[in-house]
Amino acid sequence: MQQIISLLLENKPGALMRVTGLIGQRGYNIESLTVARTLDATLSRMTIVVDVEAAIRAQVIKQMNKLINVLQATDVTEAPSVNREMVLLRVRAQQPSRTSILKEAEIFHARVVDSTMEGFALEVTGDPEKLDEFIDVMRSYGEIEVTRSGIVSMSLENKKLRLSPPVPTGVPQEEYALEEAE
Amino acid sequence: MSEFRTGTTVKQASSTNTNSMSTLLSGAKILLECLARENVECIFGYPGGVTLPLYDALFDSPIRHVLVRHEQNAAFEAQGYARATGKVGVCCATSGPGATNLVTGLVDAMMDSIPIVALTGQVSTKLMGTDAFQEADTFGITRSATKHNYLVKNISELPQVVHEAFYIAATGRPGPVLIDIAKDVFQGNAHYTPVAEIHLPGYKVYNEGHGGQIRRAAQMMWEAERPFIYAGGGVIAANASNELRQLVEALDAPAVCTLMGLGALPGSHPNFISLPGMHGSYAANMGITHSDLLISLGVRFDDRVTGRLAAFAPHAKVIHVDVDPSEIGKNRHADLPIVGDVKRVLPKLTAELKELEPACRAKNAAARQAWWKQIREWKEEHPLVAETSPTEIKPQHLMAEINRLSNGKAIVASDVGQHQMWCAQLIRFDEPRLWLNSGGLGTMGFGLPAAIGAQFARPDKLVFAVVGDGGFQMSIPELATIVNHALPVKIIVMNNGYLGMVRQWQTLFYNNRLSQVELSSFPDVEKLAGAYGFKGRTVESVTEMPKALEDAVSEPGPYLLNVKVSPMENVYPMVPAGGAISEMVLRPPQPVEV
Repeated sequence: MQQIISLLLENKPGALMRVTGLIGQRGYNIESLTVARTLDATLSRMTIVVDVEAAIRAQVIKQMNKLINVLQATDVTEAPSVNREMVLLRVRAQQPSRTSILKEAEIFHARVVDSTMEGFALEVTGDPEKLDEFIDVMRSYGEIEVTRSGIVSMSLENKKLRLSPPVPTGVPQEEYALEEAE
Repeated sequence: MSEFRTGTTVKQASSTNTNSMSTLLSGAKILLECLARENVECIFGYPGGVTLPLYDALFDSPIRHVLVRHEQNAAFEAQGYARATGKVGVCCATSGPGATNLVTGLVDAMMDSIPIVALTGQVSTKLMGTDAFQEADTFGITRSATKHNYLVKNISELPQVVHEAFYIAATGRPGPVLIDIAKDVFQGNAHYTPVAEIHLPGYKVYNEGHGGQIRRAAQMMWEAERPFIYAGGGVIAANASNELRQLVEALDAPAVCTLMGLGALPGSHPNFISLPGMHGSYAANMGITHSDLLISLGVRFDDRVTGRLAAFAPHAKVIHVDVDPSEIGKNRHADLPIVGDVKRVLPKLTAELKELEPACRAKNAAARQAWWKQIREWKEEHPLVAETSPTEIKPQHLMAEINRLSNGKAIVASDVGQHQMWCAQLIRFDEPRLWLNSGGLGTMGFGLPAAIGAQFARPDKLVFAVVGDGGFQMSIPELATIVNHALPVKIIVMNNGYLGMVRQWQTLFYNNRLSQVELSSFPDVEKLAGAYGFKGRTVESVTEMPKALEDAVSEPGPYLLNVKVSPMENVYPMVPAGGAISEMVLRPPQPVEV
C-alpha cells in the first residue's frame, strides 16, 4: 500500500539525499516527491509517496526522525490530511473536438494555459484519483503529454513539534544537556 | 501549523561572542582550535595533497598526530581509542582515495555505535565536480556510512560544524561523523571567535526515560518468575556498568552480556552467565529460551544473538531500554519500551525495584530459587571450558592462557573469526572497555589497529591484539606504526593456517568442500618482526606455549607471537544460521564410518 509521508526538514544541501537515500537503500521506489521551502526559509516541507511493506512503515518513519536534518517526519496516510496534485497536460485538438475538450476541462476545473492551432495546454489540480480520470478523459481525444507534480500533503491535525534547544560548546561530553523523553 | 511555530523557534545558530575576541586565522588553524576545544589529544591520520595546509598547521600544534600506514587503520585506531576510553576518536585522510579508504572503518563504527570524527580533505570548491585529481564524492559516499556528515565549502561554517560533529558523535546513540573540508577552506583566512553554542533543532536525544514506564518495568520484574537480563553494547557506550551491576544485584537475576557488551557486568560476577547467541553458552541460550521476562538493556536483538526470531525467548515478555527509538520493536516487539539512556534509566529502575521490594520480594521467591537452580544446572551440564591436548595447542587452550595472564584486567582487541569467538567465550573481562572487537560489521583487519588505538589511549594497560593468521595479514603494514611509537602491544596470532570461520561453515554446511580457505605462505614471524626491529617468535609445542606467552607479556616493547594451533578445530556451541538458539550444536559431529 502506498504510504504518504510528510516531512519538515532543514533547507540544507544533502538533506534531500539523506531522506531519499534511506528509502533507496532498502530497495523501495519513490512514487512521488515534492519539496519546497516553508514560510521559514531555513526549512523545507517534503511530501513523499512510497510503497513500503506495512510491517516496516513505522520503522521507516522512526529512521527518518533520526536524521539530524529532519525536524519531523509523519505518516499522514491514514491521518486527517488534504492531498492535492497538479497536472499539466497538452492535448492535440483539431477543429471538431475543440469545444467538447473545453467543456470536459471545465468539469474538472482545468484552466487553459496555452491554446494553439494544434491543441491546448491545460492545468488542473485535485486529488490524485480525480486527476487520473481527467487524464483518461483527455486521452480519449487523441495524443496527450502529461507532467504531474506529485502529491503535496497538508495534515489537518495540530501535531506538537518538539525541537531540541541550543547546546553550549566546550563542555565535557558527560555534561551535555539532557532532555526528558516523551 | 508547525511552520508558523518553527518560524520563531528555529534560528540559525550563531556565535554569541563579541568581535573583540576574534583573531584572523587560516581555516586549518581554526579547525585545530576547535579540536583543542573538544579536548582532542590525538589524531590518527595520513596526509595528502588537499590536506597539506592542515598538516602544515599541525606542525606547530600541541595535538599529537599518529601517522598510520593505511587510512582504513586510521579509522580503526580512532575506534580503538574511542572504544577503550569512551572519548571521541579522531581520524584524518586526504580527498579521493584517502577518504574512500576510511569508509570501511566508518561503517564499522556505525554498526557498533562508536563515536569517531573523521576529517577528510576535499578538492577546492572551484574544482568540485570536475573530476579533479583525487576527487571523490566523499559527502555522497559516506552518507549511509555515518551518523551524520558535513561538506564544508565556506570557512565561516567551519567552527560550528566541528562542534556539531563532536556533539552528534558523542551523544544519544554514538556513531561516526565525517567532515569533508575543501582545500580552499583550509587555506582561507577568517576572523575566528570561539563558538559558544550549537543548535540542532531536529536532533533529538532521549535520555531520561519515562517515569511511568520505569515504574511498570520494576513491577514486571518483581512479578516475573524467570527474569533474565540481556545487556549489550549500549551499557558500555553509556558507561553504565555500575548502574547495571546495581540493577542485577537488586533483582538478583541471571545476566548475559552480548559480544558488544562483554565487561559491562564483571565476568567474575556471580550473576554473569556468558555471551548468548550463535556461539553463546548452553546456559545463556537456554536461559533466554525459558525466561518469562527478558530485560533487554542497550541491545538491538541482532540476528547473531536471536537466531530464528520466532523461537527467540518464546515465553518471555520483553522490557527494552534503548536510547535509540528506532531500535525499539525493530526486530522483537517490546511489551514495555523505555526510550532512554541506560545510564539514566537503570538507577531509577533500581530505586523503583528497591521501593517495591518489601511488598514483592516474597511473592515469587520459590519460583526464582527454582529458576536459579535450573540456570546452575544448565551451566554445569555444558560449561564453557577450554579444551586442551597433550600433543597440540588447541586454540581454546591458547585463549585460556591469555585469560590467565590477563586475569580480567587486560585490554584484548580481537580480529574477526573463530579466534574472536573463542576470546569472547573464554577470556574474562572484569571491567568495561577491555574487550574491543568488530561486532556488527565483522571487519577482518580490525584487531591490530584497534589495539594500537587502545594502547595510545591507555598506555598503562596491557594490550593484546589477538588475531587470526588471515586478519593479521590484512594489517601487517601497521607494524611500522607500532615500532614508530614503541607501543608495547602483544600481538598473538592464532595461526591455524585457515580462514577458520569460513572453513567451519564449509565443513558444516557445504559438504566439507574447502574452497579458498587455506592460507599457505604465512611469513616467518621472527624475521617479520625482526625486519621491523622488534621481537617475534613462533611456538608450536603445547608445553612451551604458556611460557612463550609469559615472555611476550614481560617483554617491555611490542611482541609478535605466532601460535600454531590445531588447524581443524571448530567453534562450539554453535547455532546454525536460521536455527533457534535452543537448538544449538554442542560439539563436533562424530565421524561416521563409511
